[in-house]
This record gives sequence, structure tokens and C-alpha cells, in this order.
Amino acid sequence: MIKATINGKQIEVKEGTTILEAARLVNMRIPVLCKHPDLEAGSGCGICIVKAKGIGKMLRACSTMVENNMDITTHDPEIVSVRRTVLELIMSNHPKDCLTCARNQDCELQRLCAEFGIREDYFPNILERHKYKYDNTTKTIVIDGRKCIACGRCVNVCQKHQNVWALSFQKRGIETALSPAGDITLNESPCVKCGQCSNHCPVGSIVEYDETQKVWEALNNKDKYCVAQIAPAVRVSVGEAFGYPIGSNLTGKLVSALKKLGFKAVFDTNMGADMTIIEEGNEFVKKFKAKDNLPLITSCCPAWVDYLEKFHPDMIGNFSSCKSPHEIVGVLAKTYYAQKNNIDPSKIVMVSIMPCTAKKYEISRSQEMFSSGQQDVDVSLTTRELARMIKQSGIDFKNIEDAEGDSVLGTYSGAGTIFGTTGGVMEAALRTAYHLITNKELADVEFKAVRGLKGIKDTVIDVDGTKVRVAIAHGLANVDALLKEIEAKRAKGEPSPYDFVEVMACEGGCVGGGGQPYGVTNELRKKRAAGLYKDDESQKARCSHLSPAVQTVYKEFVGEPLGEKAHKLFHNHYHKRKTYNK
Amino acid sequence: MAEVTTKPSIDLAAIADKWKGKDGSLIMILHTVQDALGYVPRETSLELSRLTGVPLARIYEVLTFYHFFKLTPPAKYQISVCHGTACYLKGASDLTKELHNITGVNEGETSEDGMYSVTALRCVGCCALAPVMLVNGRVYGGVKPADVKAILNEIMKEGAQNA
Ligand code: SF4
Ligand code: SF4
Ligand code: FES
Repeated sequence: MIKATINGKQIEVKEGTTILEAARLVNMRIPVLCKHPDLEAGSGCGICIVKAKGIGKMLRACSTMVENNMDITTHDPEIVSVRRTVLELIMSNHPKDCLTCARNQDCELQRLCAEFGIREDYFPNILERHKYKYDNTTKTIVIDGRKCIACGRCVNVCQKHQNVWALSFQKRGIETALSPAGDITLNESPCVKCGQCSNHCPVGSIVEYDETQKVWEALNNKDKYCVAQIAPAVRVSVGEAFGYPIGSNLTGKLVSALKKLGFKAVFDTNMGADMTIIEEGNEFVKKFKAKDNLPLITSCCPAWVDYLEKFHPDMIGNFSSCKSPHEIVGVLAKTYYAQKNNIDPSKIVMVSIMPCTAKKYEISRSQEMFSSGQQDVDVSLTTRELARMIKQSGIDFKNIEDAEGDSVLGTYSGAGTIFGTTGGVMEAALRTAYHLITNKELADVEFKAVRGLKGIKDTVIDVDGTKVRVAIAHGLANVDALLKEIEAKRAKGEPSPYDFVEVMACEGGCVGGGGQPYGVTNELRKKRAAGLYKDDESQKARCSHLSPAVQTVYKEFVGEPLGEKAHKLFHNHYHKRKTYNK
Repeated sequence: MAEVTTKPSIDLAAIADKWKGKDGSLIMILHTVQDALGYVPRETSLELSRLTGVPLARIYEVLTFYHFFKLTPPAKYQISVCHGTACYLKGASDLTKELHNITGVNEGETSEDGMYSVTALRCVGCCALAPVMLVNGRVYGGVKPADVKAILNEIMKEGAQNA
């Protein structure tokens, strides 16, 4: 343990604790800009400087470890004035478009300027940032390089945590520009559209591709029949935009708000998750028994699908052909629901509310996304976009009554709801696979070993004497490591170390998705996930195959799992894609 | 008269192999490529990325960080004007202006047909000759804007004779 003093108070911390972390022990908040709790310190911005007695220069709190007997001062007039200068210098190179910026009122730079009471341009605005990139070519995220403060968080996330390397800093010094490699657009780069860069940017330089206007227009079009669906992870995060405690489950309020916005029916993506489990569970058991192309790898995460098609096309044969939950609800809405309620499917506008930016890409990524005869999902909005729509509409979110989802497409099992967190798809699949393999029901449906935030989790599940080896990875760098392990074994002609693998591109799974409210940390991911596990515990049916909705849909409409109709509506093909299109 | 040029070819795999596992290997490989080709073509970078597993973004981070590396083929006539203090005071910017008048190329750019490039230099080391201009490595001292055209004509004539 290390003993030191911060602002005159004695502290004791573990070796390797930064001054930034230690300051919290004495309830002091040191401002940061380039440091994000998820990321290693880049030491770029200098706003976190502090003083330590006997050390001639100021220290960066984010990247300096506390040492024995250090006597640290976090705030004094000189420190504050240096921090102010840092801010003023950043501002001299930043457009002041706050009123029209997507991060207005939710921007780390804006907040700091407010706290420091910056009231004028101290330094002239000398640089022409307008020559930097504006790029909306992915139609999922938008880069506005004029606003970039070169903190490096997005590059760090994209390269080290997602291992995609779509983003980089090109050139240097005053000309440093955030860009893919060379003079190409983001869509020509390997970007998988996970949106983690947007979620880690402190300012409005990378944001989601906003499609709220498209949805308003559909809602106001008398000829259209607008329906919506809510993804698992959205219900436990949207509350953050309305001042709820983190992890509050707001399914009822969301349904109610969507109805008030004008949606004719509100479905639940959790129901689609239950359907995915039936198809994927059967697919798994079939392959597992035949020892055919193991491991089976889950495919409900579109950023992951894009990553696999670009970086591991040799593994396409291991990929579950099952579509993602919201695509299944989309196709069911335009077939089953439309037929039952006598609605012309071409009039239906299906809007998915997702924690995800990549879903915007998924909805038209291949011809199978049109299997109802129309585009199965018309628009995919992020949690952030929906929160804005609710606020714009004047709905008093906190005080509206709860409402329930419509039709059987609006009800779900506990297994469906945990899809929104890492380990959740695996756990849901195991609950049903157990039944499929043994024809029995689990006494205890919880598989705790697959839960939690460890980057790669692996365990062996005992299914009535049969051993099922599973692995779960989240964050694409972890995923890549896991795949390389499997590929290496395969290259040597050895059998796969796993039978079933779950992958989610974002750390924490969808609760940490690229379209979620800003400010994500592991603490937040845990609380959001806890909200989902609580929702699971409160459900009568906790296994997908026991959900009355699922049983009804198969009986009335689909027929057999993996049957002909199921294949036509719920399954998918994958293709090798180029990493660079230029 | 159309010129027949054979593009110098390189054995990238061999170069990459030579530097494999050594510190700073990426920079050394890129140096070797540029020495052979005069610039680092995008296809070469893409191929290098495949061969070494170094992401293209990292290769471009290095390529764009150092001014030394060029991403486009060198111009046939590489013109530089010294902007060291002496040359600057003696009217280097007038030379740059005149070069623009003649070739249409701004400082730091290459003409679209790949004929001319104009760059600024910091002190060539022969201040007594200020202002100094270089064409394909040949030094011209005491240049007046009115001389620029003649210098270019001379070099181009030589080029035509040698072809
Ligand atoms: S969306 Fe994901 S892959 Fe694309 S640039 Fe951002 S972090 Fe990288
Ligand atoms: S785009 Fe945002 S996260 Fe990326 S470097 Fe610029 S300010 Fe930082
Ligand atoms: S937060 Fe420490 S240098 Fe930026």
C-alpha cells in the first residue's frame, strides 16, 4: 500500500493507483477530457494537471501514479488558471455551434466551459478546422472533424478495444486529422459501425446518424401504419435521459410513450429474442449432436456480423444462420401480424428502438432483410434518438402511466430480456438447449458462470451428463483473440475447444451499445445488466420455449422450428467482404 | 512523343521478410519502398498490411506523420524554392509566385499531369547565392522571377534530349 496526502488529507491506496482515482477518496473531482474510464490514459489534453510538493512541474493526474509520501494539491488558483488556459486553447480551435450540435447539453467540453465560467474567446480562432472531414457515408455514425479536439478516445476504442482500425490520426501537429487510412470515406474503411467511437467522444465530433425526422414524417403520414419494437437493453438505459436511477426497467413507460408518439402498436424485441433462441437452440442441438462445424457462433450482433465477414470469413461456416431478434419481429409484423389484423403490409412502417448504431446498417444489409416482401424493418433508431423524440413531443415521461405491449409480439420470457447483456444470449440458449437435449425442464434456470464483465468467459455446462463447452466474448478485441484461438486449433487439425460461442461487439453487450446514452462505464454496464436480470427474475416464463407468445406463433403461423417457413423468414446468409473498398 | 517507362518493381515479400520481427521494421520497409519507387503507392501499403498484419491505418499514420514519405508519384520536374531567411528576404516568394504563373502549381502541390511539383525548403546552406531554387536536385542561385522560365525550358530541353 502507498501512503500519501491529497489536499492535506492522508490517504492509502494500492500501488498503481493514479492521482485521478485517489482524489475520489477525498471527494475531489479532477477535470478530464482525453481520459475515459474505459480507456488507458493518452495524456493528451493536460486539463487534469495537479501539483505535488517538491516536484517542479505539474503532473497529469490521469496518468501519474501516486507515490509514497506524495503531497498532492488538486486545486489552487494557479492550477485552476492553467486548466482554464487549456480550455481556452481548445476553444480557440473549436466551432461554437453548441445550439445546433447533437451533443448540446450532453457534451463534456461544454460542461467544463460552463463550470469554469468561460465567457469570451480569449485566444483568436486561428485554425481552419472546417477543412477537416465530414463523413456520413456509413449512414450509421457521422464524423464532423471540425469539432474534434484530438483527444484520441475514438481512435483508442476503435484500434485497441474493437481491433477494427478504421479510425486513426493522420498527419501531425496542427494538421492532425481524425480519418481512416488515406483519402477514403469511413464506409470504404473496415468500420463495422459499432458506434463505440461515438459513445466515447467527449464532444459532438462523432454522433449517430439521426433519423428522427424520417420517423416523424412516417408518424404524420395518414397512409402509414407505424409500429415499433423495443430492444432489451433500451428499457434499462433510456431512463438515464430522464433522471431515473441507472438500470431502472422502464418497459411500461416506453410502450406508453411510443403509443403517445403515434405508433399504432408496440412490440417487444425480447419476443424476437425468444424466437431467435428457438431457431438457434435447435440449430445448435442439431450441430452439436452431429459434431458438425463446431463451435456454433451467435450472429445477432450486426457489428459482429460485419466484423466476421471482413476479418474472419473462414469462420462463416460456423455462424448461426439465424436472424437477429428485431429482424424477426420485423418480418413477423409484416406477415403474421398484418395477416391477422388485415393490414396491408406495404403500409406498415416498422421502427426498431435499439441500443445500437450498427442496426441502422443491418436493416438493409442483404436481401434476406426483405423476406416479408418489404423491407422488414424500415428505420432503426438509437436510444439517444428516441429520448430526443420523447422530449420533443412534450410527453412527461416520468408521470405517464405504464402500458403493455400489443399482440403476442409484445410479450416475452425472461430469457428474451437478458439478450441485452453479455452472456445473456448464451444463458437463454442454454435454458432451451437443455430442454431440447434432455426433454426436461431446468430446476434452476440461472447460469451464473456466463454472466459478468470479464472479456472472455468460458465454462463447461453439464447437461444431464453431456458436457457442453461454451465461451462468451464481448468487445471485438476480445472476440478476435478468442477466434484466433479457435482458428489456430483448426489449422493444426485439432478439434474445436468450444461447442457454442456467444459474441457481442460492444463491451458489456448491448447494454454498452454504441447508441446508448453517453457516459458509459463498467459501473453503468453492470447496473444496466442488473436491471435486465431483475426483469428476467420477474417473468413467469423464463425460458423461450415456455413463452406462450412463442408457442402461439409457431402453432398458428410458422410450423416447425428450422422448418421451411422458418428458414424463409428467419434465416440468413453471410458473405466475405473486403476490409478496404479503396 | 510518348515516353516508354518501365515502372520499377519491388519484391515486397522479400523486403518485409528481411525486416520481420525487428524494431522499427515498418519504417525501414517503407523507406526501402520509397527508395525504389519514389513514393509509397496505396496498393503497396495494402499488400504490406496483408503480408505483415500491420493494420493499414497504422501504416498511414506513419506515412502521413513523416513529411519524407510521399503518397503520390514524384513529379517529372521537382522544383523547390528555398525559404530560409536569406532567400526569403531576397524574394523567394516572388519565385514561388512566378512558378505558379508558369506551371499553375501552388507550393506543396503537384500538377495533375504529374509534370511539376513545387515545394518549399528551409535553408539549402548556400545563403550567399540567395534566392536559391532547385530543379531535380540542381541548384540555381541568384534567381530572379524573370529567369524562372528560362531555367525550366533548359531543363526540359535536356530531358527531351536524354529521352
Ligand atoms: S463505428 Fe466502431 S468500427 Fe466504426 S469507426 Fe467507430 S469504433 Fe471504429
Ligand atoms: S472525434 Fe471525438 S473522441 Fe475522436 S479524437 Fe476527436 S474529440 Fe476525441
Ligand atoms: S485527462 Fe489527463 S491529460 Fe487529458
